[in-house]
Amino acid sequence: MMAQQRVVHPALKIAAVCGALVLFFLLLSWGQEHWDAYTVRILNLCGIYIGITLGLNLCNGFTGQFSLGIAGFMAVGAYTTALLTMSPAIKQAVFFIEPLIYPLNSVQWGFLPSLLMAAVVSGIVGFLVGAPAIRFRGDYLAITTLGFAEIIRVVFTNIVPITNGALGLKGIPPHTNLVWSWGFALVCIAVMVRLMRTTYGRALKAIRDDEVAAEAMGVNLFFHKNLAFVVSAMMAGVGGGLLGNLITTIDPNMFRFPLTFTVLMMAVLGGLGSITGTVISAAAVTVAMEAFRVLEEPRVILGLAIPGVPGMRMVVFSVALMIVILFYPKGFMGDREFSLDRVKRFAAGVRRANTSKQG
Amino acid sequence: MTLEIFLQNAANGITLGSLYALLAIGYTMVYGILRLINFAHGEIFMISTYFAFYGTAIFALPWQVSFVAAIILTALLGVVIERAAYRPLRDAPRISALISAIGVSFLMANLGLVIFGGRPKTFYRPPIFQAPIELGGVRVVALFFVIPLLTAVLLVALNYIVYRTKTGLAMRAAQWDFDTARLMGVDVDRAISITFAIGSALAAVGGIMWGLRFAEINPNMGLFPGLKCFIAAVFGGIGNISGAVLGGFILGFGEIMLVAFLPGLAGYRDAFAFIVLILILLVRPTGLLGDKQRVKV
Repeated sequence: MMAQQRVVHPALKIAAVCGALVLFFLLLSWGQEHWDAYTVRILNLCGIYIGITLGLNLCNGFTGQFSLGIAGFMAVGAYTTALLTMSPAIKQAVFFIEPLIYPLNSVQWGFLPSLLMAAVVSGIVGFLVGAPAIRFRGDYLAITTLGFAEIIRVVFTNIVPITNGALGLKGIPPHTNLVWSWGFALVCIAVMVRLMRTTYGRALKAIRDDEVAAEAMGVNLFFHKNLAFVVSAMMAGVGGGLLGNLITTIDPNMFRFPLTFTVLMMAVLGGLGSITGTVISAAAVTVAMEAFRVLEEPRVILGLAIPGVPGMRMVVFSVALMIVILFYPKGFMGDREFSLDRVKRFAAGVRRANTSKQG
Repeated sequence: MTLEIFLQNAANGITLGSLYALLAIGYTMVYGILRLINFAHGEIFMISTYFAFYGTAIFALPWQVSFVAAIILTALLGVVIERAAYRPLRDAPRISALISAIGVSFLMANLGLVIFGGRPKTFYRPPIFQAPIELGGVRVVALFFVIPLLTAVLLVALNYIVYRTKTGLAMRAAQWDFDTARLMGVDVDRAISITFAIGSALAAVGGIMWGLRFAEINPNMGLFPGLKCFIAAVFGGIGNISGAVLGGFILGFGEIMLVAFLPGLAGYRDAFAFIVLILILLVRPTGLLGDKQRVKV
């Protein structure tokens, strides 16, 4: 027995989605004012990490190009956005060792153009890194991109007239709010969903499944790998920009390998190659990162004073990553997606099984 | 630059090069047999220094006993890591094993932070290694001779094991092809365990020498020397032991000389190795001494 398909008018569907979006953003902008600062902070981080992790998953999961350079692109985006949004007076105060070079020291842009510029700059850097790096396969690509990220960090530590060196930037205007961070997450989700339905998306998956076969079928490897790499870098760049304007101080040491590890962990736990898995896992890990801070704080249990243990959180997360990769190598969702259709089909299957048992 | 300063830098370069060579061998042997970047190798190196440190500081062992115990424990640690984290994934995609390796690396670095504490510890340095020796107007401590000499002795021993014993033959056979090696009666699992034991033991020697040379140890010291030594292994030709040694020496020497001759670039010291890596992969991906790699379709 086939369940009857109800046909919904496309215009109605679009209207429903738009309505839901408007309601969602109204809720967020209301929450920005009424929820407590701690909740708002964590929700902001959730939105930002969802976007960044989706970017990493585009490259590592959907295209199978295992890159470890995400922290470098986040640094590029964060510095671009920060330098464009800071007011000239604050810049003058922050750059007390060496003054900031000319065009940057007098400009102040709005947040949106700054973020777009961050996307452009990190996209360009992504192309400059990707074009030579994507010729390598597997673990060589991993170590090369890790190397590029480290080079970016070392360069940022040393070009004092632009980045203020190891001191970093302070007093970045706190533009990031829930609407910005979740707007970013939704844009990234939309880009991923749309991209995966086009021929580009299919070509990327073909490259992941078998590079040689894909090339034999006429997929341009250089173009498609670069596409994935650049889009991934752009998402990381914008995410980095939002992160910088959320926490208001950045320095090169923030963008070391542990940051890449965190994002990679989110992607692996959710399933390399699943959009919904990534969204769920990025949000869950971000919340858990904050919740597990308890482990590192000194506290008293049953009269016993337990000293705080720094590093305990990352031990927990490393163990979680190891368990997942050893026992559930596909992660939470594998390369499947959560969808209502799947739930309906599953429910129908259960019902059918029940009726056949009774009959 | 006077001759004395040059010689001083050369001594520094050779010492650092020896340490890099000891670590790079572990990377190249594991990569040769498993085609896996053993990300945890740097952390194995870090933990070996703590084994030696606790041996002398807490258990009050004589330094000779403590160092030997540290080397044995580290070899065991390497074998355990392979058993627990890499063996279950041997037939999985290589990227899974790489993620597992990154996970182990992070787990050990953070466990180190939890157990050993984040504050750097001062490594016990037996006075015998600090005896000053004057040679051609350059004053160095005995350690500067001990490190390269010990490295050379270990290399000879390693070459003997790999090329003159049955175990070495099994390791080389496994490196070539697991299935064929098995058909020839080689216990591949044992060969891999021995590879990890040898690589980790050499890392432990490197770690102890590192402690003697730089005196300060901390839980985060593994990552960078680890990555640099992997690069050294790639530079020399991955899978090739002599290549790893050559790469280690060139990288260590180059790093010291870069800072000595171009002090303006000293800030870029940590990027130097990665630039070398990218150049070598673009120009000669098989490394200096590497064979042509066969790509199986």
